[in-house]
Formats: sequence, structure tokens, C-alpha cells
Amino acid sequence: MQQIINFIIRNKNFLLFLLLFGLSLLFTIQTHSYHKSKFINSANFLTGGVYNSLNNINSYFDLRSQNELLSEENKRLRVLLRNSEIHADSVFTDSVMFKQLYRFYTANIIKNSYSFSNNILTINKGRNDSVQQDFGVISSKGIIGIVDKTSANYAAVISILNTTSRISAQLKKSNHFGTLTWDGKSPEYNQLIDIPKIAPVSKGDTIVTSGRSSIFPKGVPVGIVEDFKLDLAENYYEINVKLFNDMTSVEHVYIIENADKEEIENLLSNN
Amino acid sequence: MNSIFSIHTVRFIALVFVQVLILNHINFLGYINPYIYILFIALFPVKNNRIILILLSFLLGITIDMFLDTGGIHAGASVLIAYARPVILKSSFGTVYEHQSVKFNTVDFGSKLTYFTFLTVLHHFVLFTLEIFSISKIILIFQKTLFSSIFTILLSVVVTIIFSRKPK
Repeated sequence: MQQIINFIIRNKNFLLFLLLFGLSLLFTIQTHSYHKSKFINSANFLTGGVYNSLNNINSYFDLRSQNELLSEENKRLRVLLRNSEIHADSVFTDSVMFKQLYRFYTANIIKNSYSFSNNILTINKGRNDSVQQDFGVISSKGIIGIVDKTSANYAAVISILNTTSRISAQLKKSNHFGTLTWDGKSPEYNQLIDIPKIAPVSKGDTIVTSGRSSIFPKGVPVGIVEDFKLDLAENYYEINVKLFNDMTSVEHVYIIENADKEEIENLLSNN
Repeated sequence: MNSIFSIHTVRFIALVFVQVLILNHINFLGYINPYIYILFIALFPVKNNRIILILLSFLLGITIDMFLDTGGIHAGASVLIAYARPVILKSSFGTVYEHQSVKFNTVDFGSKLTYFTFLTVLHHFVLFTLEIFSISKIILIFQKTLFSSIFTILLSVVVTIIFSRKPK
């Protein structure tokens, strides 16, 4: 016993180092698996508060470009609204069908990140605004990511620029679907893998979300095909997708809640 | 003792804020950022207890990690350099360190630069290895280590020159 205590006292520096280094390794490994980062994330009171006050200052600098983006979107939505009013007369609508499937919330990105291999964003909405895990996040131009951790007022979002992110996406013209991933290199491009060889891919095709998960509705824009090649097994295409969003400068985003998500998940988990 | 304590508390907080609010947004050429918060570990008084330094480094690293959502990579790298610091001190300052009389304001520039270089390269290498976490991307790890180290060392030297008090 005496010897054990002596050993601990003699090597206390090394043991402490081992303990703390092991702890850091544990945290690091946790972030590499989806939904596992338990303690260390930026959606907490301290870091969220600091980023929020920084964002209050920073957001003044690109007010003009963000305003232009928003007014552009308003214009597009107005066109849609006008067109749907014309159609509304001629279509019979059952009032039972008026249930909203997707709910939208607005939020601001208060911490953007794109230079690491696993990028996580922080937004200024949290549980108090009924934002929960696995809600989709999009901007006016396209897809941004998926909500991971939430605190009372903030949420951490797994960006599409994250090597662990897997989102179902498809070719707009032909419904062939695959998985949207990121290779960790350029923040302008994502990779769409597992598109069957038979699919008619060509340069400039539009890629949208497929709506096969309960997170994103079908048809949220992702990007256009920059180039593509067959993978090693020569059965599937690997497509380099140029994103519509400039991920290095996003601020105003929408959070999407699928009202039927619970129902869909219950159905799937019963099988 | 009290003034040393307060100096290091201020330094700790200031470095975290500068790192998180300014330096992480530089993204020179897309991915090169300096990480000068390790100055806290580099300039920690030599005579003080090693246990305190290791614990404080962990705290520093985990704070940065919390802001950047990076798990524990900064904590791991910081703890490692805090543990390895005596070896690096010995190899860069030689006999001055043996006599326990290193004062960072008074040592000559050459050995200070060697000291920073060793510490920074070790820290960045561990940092990017943990961040990328894949042996197949070893080239990317070396590339990031090299460029970020140059940036960090330059900035560290500039900061220490600006904030150093003239030896009387």
C-alpha cells in the first residue's frame, strides 16, 4: 500500500497528464460520432451568450447584402403567392387537409464555421422557441444543416460542411437519390455518393433534398453538378456538387419542423 | 504572489477572447488560423508547480473547444505541451534552465524563438492529428501544421515583443 501511494506521488504529473489527455481523447472521439457530444458544445449559456453579443455587432457590417438576399427571396415568394391565388379558385380543397405539415422558424447564425473538418454552427433559437434535435436548417438559397444539441436559447447545428453529416439528396430531374457527404476539403463543394450508374447525370444538373427522411421536405435546393465520376466499384456515381449557398457567409436561416416526424419515426421503429 | 495570480487570470481570459472572437475568423487561404492562446502555457512561470500548469492548460483547452465545438482537441494538445514543457525548456534554454533562472523578459531572442517553435509545432501537430483523425490524410495534417505554425509563431513573437516590459 505504501508503495502504491509512493508510486502515485512520484508520478503524479504523469498520471494527471494521462487522465486529462484521455479525457480530451474521449471528448474528441465523441464528436466524431453523431449525436454523442455531450458536454462540450457551443450551445450553452456562456458561449452562446458571447457569440450572440459578438453577432449583434458583426451583423451590422453585412446588413446590405443580407437585406438584398431577403428582398430577393421576398420577391420569389410573392411570385409564388400570386400564382397560387390564381390556382386556388379552380381547385377543391378539403378543410381537413389544411393541416400544416412543415412549420418554419426563423433564426440567425451567431457562430459560423467552415475551416475545420467537422464544422458546427450555433444559432440563436433553442428549446424555448420549440427547436429540437433533428430539425432541418435551410437558408433562402438552400440547405445548411441539421440541429444537433439544443440549450434553452441556443442550438448547435451540424453543418453540411461536416464529415459526419449524411443527408439524403436526389437529382431534381429524375428522382435518383443518394447521400450528400463532405470530404472536408473545399467549403464550396459537397459530394453526392451512391447515385446509381443508370441515372442520367450531366454537368449543371440541379441537386435537391429527397424528402426520404423526416428532416427535410422534398425539393430544398442543394447545388448543381460540377463534375462526376464512377466510384471504385464502378456501380455508383460520385458527384461533386457546387453548393448554392456560400457557406462562408450565411446569417438568416429557417428551421424546419416536420409535424408528422414523431408519427413517421414511431412507424419505422415498430418494424 | 497575488499580482502574479491576477496577471495570469487576466492573460487567460484575454487570450481566450482574442482567440475565439478574432483569430478564429481569419481563415487565411481558407483554413489557416493562428492559435496564440498557447502563449499562456509558454509564458507560465517556470518555477511554479507543474500540476497547476497541466490543470490550467486543460481548462484553457476545453474552454476553446467549447467555443469551437471541437470536442477535446485543443484540450488534448494543450495538456500535452504543458506536460512536455520542461523537456522543451531544457533543450532550448540549456544551462539557464538548469539554474532555474529563466525569465521570459530577459532571455535572448534566439532561444526564445526556438522555444516557441518547438512548443507550437508540437501543439499544432497534435491538434490537427486529433481534428482530422485519419492517418490517410497525413499530408493534410502536415500541411495545416506547417502553415498554421508559421502564422502562430510570427504572431506570438510580435505579441511578446509588444507586451514585454523593458528589463531595467
